Formats: sequence, structure tokens, C-alpha cells
Amino acid sequence: MRDHHPAMSENHPALSQNHPGVGQGVYLYAVTPAGENGTAGASVERAERPPDLRGVMGGVVRPVPRGGLVAHVSDVPLDRFGEEPLRRSLEDLDWVEGVARAHHRVVEALAAAGPTAPVRLVTVYTGEEQVRDLLDLRHDDFTEILSRVAGRREWGVKAYLRRDTPPPSPAPAATAAGGGDSPGMAYLRRKKESLRGREDLWRAAAERAELLHAELGQIAVASRRHRPQDPQLSGRSESMVLNGAYLVDPAREEEFAAVLGGYRDRFLDVELTGPWAPYSFTSIDLGAGRAGGVR
Amino acid sequence: MTPGGTPAYLPERPRGAALADEGRLPPERVALVDLLDRLLAGGVVITGDIVLSIADVDLVRISLRALLGSVRGTEPFDPLGEPYAEGGRATDIRGGRRESEDDRW
Repeated sequence: MRDHHPAMSENHPALSQNHPGVGQGVYLYAVTPAGENGTAGASVERAERPPDLRGVMGGVVRPVPRGGLVAHVSDVPLDRFGEEPLRRSLEDLDWVEGVARAHHRVVEALAAAGPTAPVRLVTVYTGEEQVRDLLDLRHDDFTEILSRVAGRREWGVKAYLRRDTPPPSPAPAATAAGGGDSPGMAYLRRKKESLRGREDLWRAAAERAELLHAELGQIAVASRRHRPQDPQLSGRSESMVLNGAYLVDPAREEEFAAVLGGYRDRFLDVELTGPWAPYSFTSIDLGAGRAGGVR
Repeated sequence: MTPGGTPAYLPERPRGAALADEGRLPPERVALVDLLDRLLAGGVVITGDIVLSIADVDLVRISLRALLGSVRGTEPFDPLGEPYAEGGRATDIRGGRRESEDDRW
């Protein structure tokens, strides 16, 4: 039995309700413990999630409960979320942003209410039955993930090399060493020195960032590094020397903040983001093989 | 008592407030790039015959990079950022590449 949303059908009149597997997919956002009945193993109580939660393309998010877990899904049209249309859509940053923000909005709302295991962006099933099968099949994995992130929040820490910092050891080395060089040689040497200076600066900043990551990692329950962000996406041209994610117990958040303060110096510009739903600490591959795709 | 019913003299400062003050943004204002870090490299990955998923993250990365490249054109990038110019090598920030460059100088 499928639960069709009038709004969805109105927006896509061409979709046939007689062939739900062809026309619509079920977009999965996250899995949570079933709070109300207390059947799930999570120790943290679940608040009610917002009743009118809307996800990708405005679809109403609904719970699909099974065995103490709840999958949160909404319908999406397969003419947009099928494999081929998706391949094209992923070239469109605006499209990706729309989906990402809708996905994030749902995950945020769920995470505000209790332990939440977000699912990778764009995970689409052919129907609710398959989602229930997933909860059956992966019950223990999800329970373990949820108990690991319960009550904890993810924080992001990005550190950039400070561009305006003067090199640690400027001219003295150059003048001391240079005896009777020709002007050309002197120029080349100065240039080399200045490059070395920037190298040293970069190295020092990178080392500071390593220390920062290690120190934050000791406070966090778990830590992870993302790839440094592309300057074109981040809008910052300075070198990113750390793009870390940290899963932190609430009791240690003050301590975490204090460490950050200690690393804002002439080498590093440190930025904090969050709190995030525990995206970075639920990235577990539950697949049996290659994605087959919905055709 | 405050209108909310909380005695005003109680410290209304939840744990982590210092962090939250600094980092918290409404979902709409979260930077897309930070979001994509998490949505494309985080979250439970489910693959199989009955599901369509972006298991192939590279597909997305490459697509976005291609898109950005074509939209923004080629902007000269500061040499200081060079180690990451080709898409990031988190493990290589103190690695051998720097040494070999030193040789050239």
C-alpha cells in the first residue's frame, strides 16, 4: 500500500498512480529510533518532529516505521530522480543546492528531536516496501550508528593559512650570506629566500593545523577530516589547511571551544561551523554491491 | 520570573553555548560548500539493486568542478594554495611534493 500525496500528484499529473514504481520514487532522508513507543534501544528520548515537514521538491515527509526504527521519506518523481535525469541534474549546481538544502532541512528537524542517522544525499527507493526491507535487513547497523551519535553533536572546524602574515625570518639570512653576488644573482637569491619564507610559513601553518586537529580529536568522541574545500566553492582564496569534523559530547563542548581559541594566531584563521547533525560520523557503506539504479 | 516561566536569576546558559553562539546558522544560511562536504562524503550509504544512490561520489565532484570551471573561467590561484589546487590532498600537506619542489629552487 502506497501513501500518495495529493500535492505531488497535482504537480505531476502525468504520473500514473497505477504504476507507482515507474512514476515515483521514495526519497530517504534519515533513520531514527522509534521514540514514542520506546521500542528502540536509544537512551535519548525523542521529541515530536514537526508535523508538516517538507522535503525535496516540497514533498511531505512521512515516517516509515519498522522494528523500532523509523525511516523518514518523501515521494519524488522519477522523471527527475531516475538515473539518467539525475546524471544530468548533477551538472546543475542550482539543482544540487536545492536538493541539498531540502535534504538538510529535513535532517536538521529530525536531529533537533533526537538521535538521527542521515542518509547520503539522493538515496531513492522504488517504494516503501523496499525501505521497510532495508530497516529489517540493516536493523542492527542502524541501531549501532544511532547509539554512537545519540546525544552528541558534530562541529566543523576549518583552518586557513593567514595570508597577511609576514614570513617568520625575512631579510637577515639573505644579507648575511650574500657576499659579492652580481645583481642578477642577488635578485634570484632574494626571490628564492622569499619563496622559502612562504614555504616555511605554509609549513608552520600546516603543522599548527595538525596539532589543532589532534587536540580537538582528543576531546571529541570521533574526528574526521574532509577534503580541503575548493576555493571557488568556499569563496576564500587562502589555503585551507584543515577541514575537520568532530563528534563532541555536550559536556565537553566548552573545552572544545577553548582549544579553538588557542589556535587563532598569526599562522591560522580558524572557523567553526555547526552544530551539525552527525553527517560525518554516519558515513558507513551498507551496500551489498554496486548501486543497481532505478530504471 | 520571566514571561517564559524561568527564574531570571538562573544561569540560562546551556552547555556548549559558547560554541553554538559562534557556529550556529539557520539551515538556509549554512554555506553550501560545508553542506556538500557532509552530504556527499557523509551519511549512511546504501547501495543495492532496489535503490538509486550517489554511491559514486566522484561523479558529483567531477560534475560540480566541471560546472564551476566553465562558469567562473580560469582564475589564477595563489601558489600558496597549490597543494590543493587539483582537488585536495589532505594527507599530503607536509609530504614529499614540497620536498621535490625545493629541489627545483
